[in-house]
Amino acid sequence: MSFDEIKQLLIAKFGPDTIINEETSGMQAALIIQPDKISKVCLELRDNPETYFDLLECLSGVDYGIEENMFGVVYHLASIPYKKQLTLKVIKYHDRTRESLPSVPTVSQVWRTAEWHEREAYDLIGIHFEGHPDLRRILLPDDWEGYPLRKDYKAQEYYRGIKV
Amino acid sequence: MEQKYATRYEKLIAEAEAHEMIINIGPQHPSTHGVLRLEVITDGEIVREVIPHMGYLHRCFEKHAENLTYQQTIPFADRMDYLASMNNSHAWVMGVEKMLGIDQDIPQRIEYIRVLVCELNRIGSHLVALGTYGIDIGAFTPFLWCFRDREHIMNMLEWASGSRLLYNYIWVGGLFFDLPVGFEERCKEFVDYFKPKMVELNGLLTENQIFISRTANVGILPLDVAINYGCSGPMLRGSGLKWDLRRVDGYSAYPELEFEVPVGKGEMGTTGDCWDRFKVRIDEIEQSVLIIEQCLERLQKDLKRTTDFDPRAKLPKKIIPKAQDFYFRAESPRGELGYYFITDGKSEIPKRVKARAPSFHNLSVISEISKGVLIADLIAIIGSVDIVLGELDR
Repeated sequence: MSFDEIKQLLIAKFGPDTIINEETSGMQAALIIQPDKISKVCLELRDNPETYFDLLECLSGVDYGIEENMFGVVYHLASIPYKKQLTLKVIKYHDRTRESLPSVPTVSQVWRTAEWHEREAYDLIGIHFEGHPDLRRILLPDDWEGYPLRKDYKAQEYYRGIKV
Repeated sequence: MEQKYATRYEKLIAEAEAHEMIINIGPQHPSTHGVLRLEVITDGEIVREVIPHMGYLHRCFEKHAENLTYQQTIPFADRMDYLASMNNSHAWVMGVEKMLGIDQDIPQRIEYIRVLVCELNRIGSHLVALGTYGIDIGAFTPFLWCFRDREHIMNMLEWASGSRLLYNYIWVGGLFFDLPVGFEERCKEFVDYFKPKMVELNGLLTENQIFISRTANVGILPLDVAINYGCSGPMLRGSGLKWDLRRVDGYSAYPELEFEVPVGKGEMGTTGDCWDRFKVRIDEIEQSVLIIEQCLERLQKDLKRTTDFDPRAKLPKKIIPKAQDFYFRAESPRGELGYYFITDGKSEIPKRVKARAPSFHNLSVISEISKGVLIADLIAIIGSVDIVLGELDR
């Protein structure tokens, strides 16, 4: 299935508001999906015999910059039988208040590999994944403060009495 | 129940029964191949649950990459998977070259040298995996044999690049230096020396009945589970799927080279067991030797060194890719190594870099396949995954 056919398939299945936008300028075209529908879209893309994206290659949390206040999650899907790749994106606006985190539904029930990737995105970027079964820090210590890959990150001065 | 505990981890620990014991294996334990900590809930000798903890070797690769130019990041990419530095930097460099659109302008000789050193490094990396796996199971001699042969590879790569482990040899647009004079001949000598050594190793370890008893039918990884957990490389091929990015994507000089993609067939037990994963690595070494021979053939004939050949001729003065998102994947010895770049088109520094490390995915399956095994088998399973913590924690 080509990129446009996948787009049509998703619109037919989940309604025209599923796809917010698309990026076709680069070498790898991407679909920007409405955050609430991402797990349904992923399940459909995995199980539909014509798309069959059975492998989640990469899941990356992104902080798009301080001025935009925009966070994103990028999904790189691959289909082993069709040898195709597809990029999906989810965008969330968030004002970086300390009280809450930008929140995106989990896809860990679709691909189990997303579980660790989402933990990593939570750990380093500070994106909360709704419905994730085991959302803990993965690379940093459990009591670390802040999210290091955010653009406004400042490292804490001391960690357990040790200068950082 | 879901409300009572915030995470699955808390639930597992809190609900461990009185007769069960929680044991920490690692982070300082030889069979965890680095600084991996496994929290194991055991019932006597039976493993009920494995909870991996990592991050002990986290060196902020992605944060560094967001503050350095593409060329400056190559040494950091080398340090991710320190057993296969060449493959790491090759993937990074190819990704950047694709973004710049200069990937077609790279001279053939440079492509072949890159493939040659990558395959040498792949053999070296697999030799470590095979040797240390022997030690995990209790066989000491294969480890010494593997490291003896790997030493020749390290010496050759040191000769070419100047360092033994972390090479910084492959640069965006070219190479650090051309191969030293006489490298091809010495490499040929090594290949001739190495082939019978592999036969010996097979006799000592691969077909050893004790080794087979310890690994066959242990840690069986079904194909659908492997794909769902994002496993790649020998893990995925051990489960019986012919999926090698060198063939699927056909990057660099690989489309012109002849080699087979070995898969696990369940010769000694069930497809996808520890022995199959081990055998895939053995077979891959043989295929890498074939690739090296073909590379040497071409490098000594039509792509011969000339006095005016400059491996730095195509180096871009300034590396500023246009604004885009780009994900590039390549086959490292452990599986699919991917780099995801976000660039803004104005600066020499990427806005965001994410590394998709194969060990990270390969390890995540461990709690799934080691439920109900013996503790001794758990060690066999970890060894067969062949993790490198430097890459897992980045």
